[in-house]
Amino acid sequence: MLTLTCPYCGVPAEETELSPGGEAHLKRVGPGGTSQEFEDYLFARKNIKGVHFERWRHAYGCGKWFLAARDTHTMQVFGTYKAQTAHATDEIVGNARQARPEWVPDWPQPSEAVVG
Amino acid sequence: MPQPQSGRYSVFAIARQALRQHQDWNRAWASPEPRDRYKIVIVGAGGHGLATAYYLGKNFGITDVAVIEKGWLGGGNTGRNTTIIRSNYLQDPSAAIYDKALKLYENLSQDLNYNVMFSPRGLIMLAQTEHEVRGYRRTVYANTLQGVSTEWIEPARLKRLVPIINIDGPRYPVLGGLYQARGGTARHDAVAWGYARACSDMGMHIIQNCEVTGIETADGQVRAVNTAKGRIACGKLALVVAGHSSQLADMAGFRLPIESVALQAMVSEPIKPCMDVVVMANTVHGYMSQSDKGEMVIGGGTDSYNNFTQRGSWHHIEETVRALIETFPMISRLKMLRQWGGIVDMTGDRSPILSATPVGNVFVNCGWGTGGFKAIPGSGWAMAELVAQGRPGPLAAAFGMDRFRAGRFIDESVAAGVAH
Repeated sequence: MLTLTCPYCGVPAEETELSPGGEAHLKRVGPGGTSQEFEDYLFARKNIKGVHFERWRHAYGCGKWFLAARDTHTMQVFGTYKAQTAHATDEIVGNARQARPEWVPDWPQPSEAVVG
Repeated sequence: MPQPQSGRYSVFAIARQALRQHQDWNRAWASPEPRDRYKIVIVGAGGHGLATAYYLGKNFGITDVAVIEKGWLGGGNTGRNTTIIRSNYLQDPSAAIYDKALKLYENLSQDLNYNVMFSPRGLIMLAQTEHEVRGYRRTVYANTLQGVSTEWIEPARLKRLVPIINIDGPRYPVLGGLYQARGGTARHDAVAWGYARACSDMGMHIIQNCEVTGIETADGQVRAVNTAKGRIACGKLALVVAGHSSQLADMAGFRLPIESVALQAMVSEPIKPCMDVVVMANTVHGYMSQSDKGEMVIGGGTDSYNNFTQRGSWHHIEETVRALIETFPMISRLKMLRQWGGIVDMTGDRSPILSATPVGNVFVNCGWGTGGFKAIPGSGWAMAELVAQGRPGPLAAAFGMDRFRAGRFIDESVAAGVAH
C-alpha cells in the first residue's frame, strides 16, 4: 500500500487515509484567460510515466493539503512537502534524480550544484 | 469472399482435421517483418486497433495497413478486462456508438468466421440507493428514446433472474435494477484473435514486440514512426493504445486531456453454474459474472491516483470482495485464483476521444476509461471512418478532443462513474 508522510503532522499515512488531488503546481487562469488556457488548466495533464508531482489531502488525519513527488511507474516515493511551496525541495529533486538520472526538473534550477 | 490463408473454420474443417490428428491447422495470422512504408500505421494491436484495421479493409478497401504492438497481441487491456458488453448509456452519442458495437458483436463470430463466444446473457445494474433508482429510471427513459432496449425491474423479478443475490441488505438493500437483456459477455482474447486473423487474411501486417520509440514529424505532418524494428514510414498514423496515449501523443508533439490509472480484476476458482447474468453493483463498487469455465469474474474500482503499474492497490480488492460478499453471500468461501491490473486512460467527462489532432495526419482513439472492451467493434468502425476519410463520421463526430475547449462534454460520469 502506498504510504506518504504528511509534512504537517509527520504521520506516515496509508493511502486509505488520504485523498488524492491530482497534478500539483497548476496555475489558476485569471478572468482574462483564453479558452485554450482555461482548457489546459482544467483538463490538460502531464500524465507523466515517471517523476510526478501531485496533491494529496490527509483526509482522515490533520485534514491538510500537501504535495508529494512519486514515480508513477515504480511507485517509489521521493518525498512530501508543504502545499505553500512553488517547487519540490532540493532533497526531493535529488532523490528523484538518483532513481531516474535522465529526469530533469521542468522549472528553473538555481541550486543545480547542490543536486548534481 | 476469398478463401482465408488460415483456412475457413467450419464444422467440416474440424471433422477433417480430427482425422489428421489436428496436425494441419494453419497459423491464424502471419507474423511478418515490417516493410519500410505503409499507407496507414496503427499503433496498438489491442481490440480497438485491430478492429480499426479490420473496418478500414472491410468498409474502405484499404489494406496497406500495419498494426504495430509493443507487447503481444491483445495483451493490454483487451486481455485484462472483465468482458462485459452493454449499451445502456445515458447520453445520445454514447448510446449510439456503444449500441453500434453491441449490434456488431451480435454477428461478429459469423462476420469474422471466428467464435468470439458472444453470450447475450443479460446484464443488470443494481440500484441500491434512492439516488440510483432515480438515475437508472432516467437512463431507461433515455434509452427508450435512443432505441436501446433496457428496462427497469423490481426486486422480486431481479431475485428470480439472480437467485444467489441477497436483496435485503444489510447495508444496501437492492431496490431494483436497470436490465439490458441484450447485454452480456464475450471471450476477450477471441475478439482480438478473430480481428487479427481477419486482418492478416486481408494482407495487413500485424507486428508484435515492436515498441514505438519516436514519431518523426515535419511541416505539421507525421512522416514515420521509429520502432524497435526500425523506421516505418506512413501516410497516416492512428494511435490506439489506451493506457499510454499521453506518452504517444507527447512523441507526436501534442497533449491529451487524459490521466492514466490502474484498474484491477480477479477471478475465483471455478464452480458449477450459479449465475447466468452479469450483475453490476455500482454503489458498492463491484461487479461479477460467471465465465464459461465456471470462474466468478470480479471487477472493482480504479486507483484514484495516476500510475502505470498494471497492478492496482490491494485495499481495492478488499473493498470489492467485501461489497460482493454482502450482495452474494454464497461466494464468501470462494478462493481467488488470479488478480491482475491494467492501465486505463480517463478523460474529464469519462467519455472516449476519437479525434483528429493538431498533427494533420495523426488520429487518436483513446480515453475509453474502464469500459473499452464493450465498444471494440463500434470504436473500430468509427475510427476506420475517421482515418480513411480524414474527418469523423456520425458515430465519432461528438467525440472530438476539441469538446473540452468548447465545453461540449458527453458527461457519463454519473451513468458510469465507477468501473464498468
